[in-house]
Amino acid sequence: MDLHYSKEYLDFEKEVKAFCKKYDGVTFTDASKNPLASSSSKKKKIQVTRSEWQKILIEQGYFARAVPKEYGGYGGEPDILKSRIIATEFSKAKTPAPMGGQGIDMLVPTLLEMGTQEQKEKYIKPTLHGEMIWCQGYSEPNAGSDLAALQTKGELIDGEWVINGQKIWTSTAQYSQMMFCLVRTEPEAQKHAGISYLLIPMDSEGIEVRPLVDMTMKAGFNEVFFTDVKIPETNIVGKRGEGWAVANATLGHERGSLAPPDAIMNRLNMLIDLMKQEKLDGKPLIEHSIYRDRLMKIQGKVMASQSHALRLLSAKLNPGQDVKVGKMIQKLVGTELRHELEGLAIDVMGEIGVLYEDSPHLRDKGSWQFIYMYFLGLIIGGGTSQIQKNIISERGLGLPKEPKVQGAQ
Amino acid sequence: MYFGLSEDQIFFQDNIKKFLEENSSVDILRKIAADDRTFAKDIHDGIVNLGINGLLVPEEFGGLGLDILFAAAISESLGYGAGATPFIGSYVMAPIAIIDGGSDKQKQNYLTKVASNEVKFGVGFSALTGARDDSEIQIKGNKISGRSLFVLDYEYATHFLISDINGCIGIIDAQANGIDLVELKTIDRTRNVCELILKNVDFEILEQTKNSKNTAEKVIDAGRIMLAADSLGAAQNMINKAVDYAKERKQFGRAIGSFQAVKHMCAEMVAELEPCYALVWHAAHAQKHMPNEARLMACQAKSHLSDVTKEVAKKSTEVHGGMGFTDLLGLHYWFKRIGLNRQLLGTPERVREEAALLQLN
Repeated sequence: MDLHYSKEYLDFEKEVKAFCKKYDGVTFTDASKNPLASSSSKKKKIQVTRSEWQKILIEQGYFARAVPKEYGGYGGEPDILKSRIIATEFSKAKTPAPMGGQGIDMLVPTLLEMGTQEQKEKYIKPTLHGEMIWCQGYSEPNAGSDLAALQTKGELIDGEWVINGQKIWTSTAQYSQMMFCLVRTEPEAQKHAGISYLLIPMDSEGIEVRPLVDMTMKAGFNEVFFTDVKIPETNIVGKRGEGWAVANATLGHERGSLAPPDAIMNRLNMLIDLMKQEKLDGKPLIEHSIYRDRLMKIQGKVMASQSHALRLLSAKLNPGQDVKVGKMIQKLVGTELRHELEGLAIDVMGEIGVLYEDSPHLRDKGSWQFIYMYFLGLIIGGGTSQIQKNIISERGLGLPKEPKVQGAQ
Repeated sequence: MYFGLSEDQIFFQDNIKKFLEENSSVDILRKIAADDRTFAKDIHDGIVNLGINGLLVPEEFGGLGLDILFAAAISESLGYGAGATPFIGSYVMAPIAIIDGGSDKQKQNYLTKVASNEVKFGVGFSALTGARDDSEIQIKGNKISGRSLFVLDYEYATHFLISDINGCIGIIDAQANGIDLVELKTIDRTRNVCELILKNVDFEILEQTKNSKNTAEKVIDAGRIMLAADSLGAAQNMINKAVDYAKERKQFGRAIGSFQAVKHMCAEMVAELEPCYALVWHAAHAQKHMPNEARLMACQAKSHLSDVTKEVAKKSTEVHGGMGFTDLLGLHYWFKRIGLNRQLLGTPERVREEAALLQLN
């Protein structure tokens, strides 16, 4: 066990701290539409656009570090420990993190791995700069957990893909310029082998986006309908029928990014502050032993997940260190724990905890209720907790798969 | 940066696991549980031969001079194999108490003898970690009277290390006049616990503990991490057994592990237990390297592991169906080990309360 950073990393940590200090209180002139995007503190010192912020971070090497310069990245070696230091220091200083989203987290790594030269040049730079927003067209009404059952059809006619069908749960579709989309292009092939990975401009004729209001009462999702939508033949990543493999590469990226470990520590500290400040029957909540016990219970779980994240980080830095099923449990544990933590804040507040939107007496802008519900969405999305348990038990523990129903593909 | 056990630690763990695999089958555990103590003695001797008694004793006193993380790694492997040997009291809590609280003379006298295995300690700290109605300790000058409940590792003890409610720790000779030792039978027959009824017994107080609780707290923190690590190993073994059983056992024409009802229980156990490794290691590491967080992490490791492993003990038994409930399979030896660990040195609720107070003050 050696939790020290070498001099190179201690210096880097200092550099990042100085950067965070320099940009303390930075705000965006174009406020993000994502209600979960990190908000900045009150001191309005520096104002930038989101895109300018992306560029500042890239120049510094704090974002898109390993993406080659020619595609708009920093052009450095990937450095997991430096990424970790950036995430930790940004989180501590409440410096706004770089933009995330499915384009940056999922499409860019996919294009770097499997895109054509032309695709890399055309798409990566504007995506990293926050000028091109992407949405993900995977799930369909009849293809959720069983994603490979998707039926949206793509036919190659006169050098163009003609797309018909429907996608659902499409986050950010209403303000995306592009969609990366799974489409059935080989209807004769076996289920998984009939899918292709297409890149679709959202302003194409024949696309209709209908917002889908979720339980938080925000329209985070959409339904997207395709009627004879035509896109160039070259807008395909990988070969025809290889879309499933291409998509699986990106799903791996999503599962890693759903539950960042620093965020939950910040929320736990917020909860502790809340319980010190809020009173029940004239006594701070933290002095009520029953609530205090629940807080300590959650703290134990958060500490375990934080330590576990360090172990996973260490395994990335030290090839050969065995983490066994340690990686597979992250999506399940991270989303369930966050949901539980947000729920505890609601419980300790009682009636105050159910206030919402712009109600009087609202605490912390209603974020506890919002994130509590939002994380129920994340427990379900990106592979439900039940699907995660299948993955852990089948791939991690080697338990046999459920026999296929006769007649099903 | 490296977060995990070292090659040496893993090597030591493997040796203990291998020894217990070869020498402590379920049949042997059953004999030990039926009070055939010669088998327990063999296991104890074998483990001591691997060098655990001098583990924490500094090299200048003839020990290995290793740290609490190393001890936690060993505790985990003893839990994994349900090792019927003293460890947590005799070879972790006692040496730490003397290293931290003893005078130079006391260190010289006792630590060398722990390292050479001439002195073995039973350890009674329950006055400090949850004093019950039945227990009461009074120290007057260099005499101790009263009743110390739940003294750990008494079986081969030549001496006892007792703390009063203020964390004043002292040593009594097991042969001294005025000691009445009463064996307590717990659910877990792989460890031994007694009460001591003391009447004006000679008591050698550890120099630094006369007016300070610091040593006692360090000893308890280390003990709690050991219990957490022991439960971690025991729970991992129970999961492994459950997963193996779920692959072999067939019902309705298929392995029961192919049913989601069963495989999801296995996944849940793993998802809960896997982060516990990191928590236990981190807490153990903190004892030496992160003094500000050491106490909190020890409390959280103990209480969190108590909860997670209790659930694993229950679910892994259920995966075995009726067989899990029988003595035939012997799964219950690990179930009981986890059950004892949970209550020793502070129940989860009590330990969490300590964790809260640490942060409030």
